[in-house]
Amino acid sequence: MIPSAFGYVRASSLANAIDLLRQDPEGTRLVAGGHTLIPTLKLRLASPALLVDIRGIADMRGISIDDKAIRIGALTTHAELLASQQLNDVFPIFRQTATRIADPQVRNRGTIGGSIANADPAADWPAVVIALNAELEIVGPTGSRRVPAKDFFVDIFTTVLEPAEVLAAIHLRRPTLGARFIYRKIRHPASGYAVVGVAVGLRMEDGLVAEMSIGVTGAASHAFSGDAATRFLMAKPLSHESIEEAAKLVSEATECLSDRYASAEYRASLVRTETKRALLSLAA
Amino acid sequence: MSEVEKRHVVTLEINGVRRNAEVEPRKLLVHLIREDFGLTGTHVGCDTSQCGACTVELDGQAIKSCTVLAVMADGASITTIEGVSPVASRLDAVQTAFHEHHALQCGFCTPGMVMSVRQLLRDHPDANEDDIRHGIAGNICRCTGYHNIVRAVESLVAKD
Ligand SMILES: Cc1cc2nc3c(=O)[nH]c(=O)nc-3n(C[C@H](O)[C@H](O)[C@H](O)COP(=O)(O)OP(=O)(O)OC[C@H]3O[C@@H](n4cnc5c(N)ncnc54)[C@H](O)[C@@H]3O)c2cc1C
Ligand code: FES
Ligand code: FES
Repeated sequence: MIPSAFGYVRASSLANAIDLLRQDPEGTRLVAGGHTLIPTLKLRLASPALLVDIRGIADMRGISIDDKAIRIGALTTHAELLASQQLNDVFPIFRQTATRIADPQVRNRGTIGGSIANADPAADWPAVVIALNAELEIVGPTGSRRVPAKDFFVDIFTTVLEPAEVLAAIHLRRPTLGARFIYRKIRHPASGYAVVGVAVGLRMEDGLVAEMSIGVTGAASHAFSGDAATRFLMAKPLSHESIEEAAKLVSEATECLSDRYASAEYRASLVRTETKRALLSLAA
Repeated sequence: MSEVEKRHVVTLEINGVRRNAEVEPRKLLVHLIREDFGLTGTHVGCDTSQCGACTVELDGQAIKSCTVLAVMADGASITTIEGVSPVASRLDAVQTAFHEHHALQCGFCTPGMVMSVRQLLRDHPDANEDDIRHGIAGNICRCTGYHNIVRAVESLVAKD
């Protein structure tokens, strides 16, 4: 199908993109990879007056890694995250997740920033950036701010981004020695999106949980952090009982979505099972 | 003139030939390829970016041309199914393997499938069956059941 008519401009810089958004926040949409937006335009579920192409903004590109921190530009594609050896040497969860997103063609265009900003309740990266304790760099008319990933997602397709704000980058601290991360996904067989996705980070010290994080997607209206389970397991040894209890806490953390494919009860059960499996494999 | 009415000139290289076109921003790359350039080997099989029949190479990467605006491809170099064989009257290696292994029936998915297989073989020159099935995950075939497509690709891996 053919989208309804709109204007198109290439933003020359972040400031330029923000300025264009500010002039008409209602009618203007940013386009990055376009792999959520263009299908939406084709189905005429959206009809913005102006598209602002942000792909040329150099500050939002590339992966930079130093001894302490990692910065991933919002425009980095799923394929680039999959291919970056340097990034996957530190966080193999990027390749593990990216290979499970869509298909090669979509991965060549879709961006991590677009996925996070769009906040589809079934998108994969939101769970992963929560489990990595990422900070999201947001730039707007009044300057830039950083928001922890777990506070970024507010509701279905809704984030803390203000109308004229742009997600510029994802910031990560290098993991403590011994910390490991895993992403488990139950794929919807037709769409490929997550029916439920669970990302878990874990570091043990002297047989006790020293660091832990859980990000969940697919289950609820937005991705969330399994804080109650983390608090429960902290400084405890991992046993079948403690893992079982933590998994239950995650599955009870929020009201689950219900649709034709999966009931709320089924989703909660998947969250419990996948959290348990993730913890068991990290503990092994 | 308002931004909405403004037409944009795009310049791109398609199968080695430099071309210009004046387009509305809403024009999809696949429509530019089929309607303006008359290269109808690139197909449209869905409205949801799922079938892969429209797959072409943009700057060397397989992409779904139904999910890229023509204006976004300005300056790019594009290869379509018409451009894969160095000799237009002959099939290239992937096409030949498809022919030999009966990897198509109606042929509707084939151009997109061939473009994806080219990317797959670049990424995994020694692809196993898993890599192959994963590599063509963005292409739907309603006829073959995929087995013969996998065999065709396996034959290309085995040759090296
Ligand atoms: C067939 C298919 C299968 C898919 N399967 C999966 C899957 O399995 N898992 C998954 O997670 N995703 C999946 N996706 C979605 C894909 O990953 C998208 O590419 C991604 O979600 C959006 O990124 P984009 O760069 O394409 O964003 P765009 O489509 O360009 O933009 C999406 C929205 O985010 C806004 N936006 C984009 N970038 C920014 C920014 N930097 N700051 C602020 N706002 C911004 C845009 O204005 C727009 O509203 C699939 C898509 C398709 C077409
Ligand atoms: S036409 Fe179906 S993916 Fe492009
Ligand atoms: S050969 Fe008919 S769809 Fe693939």
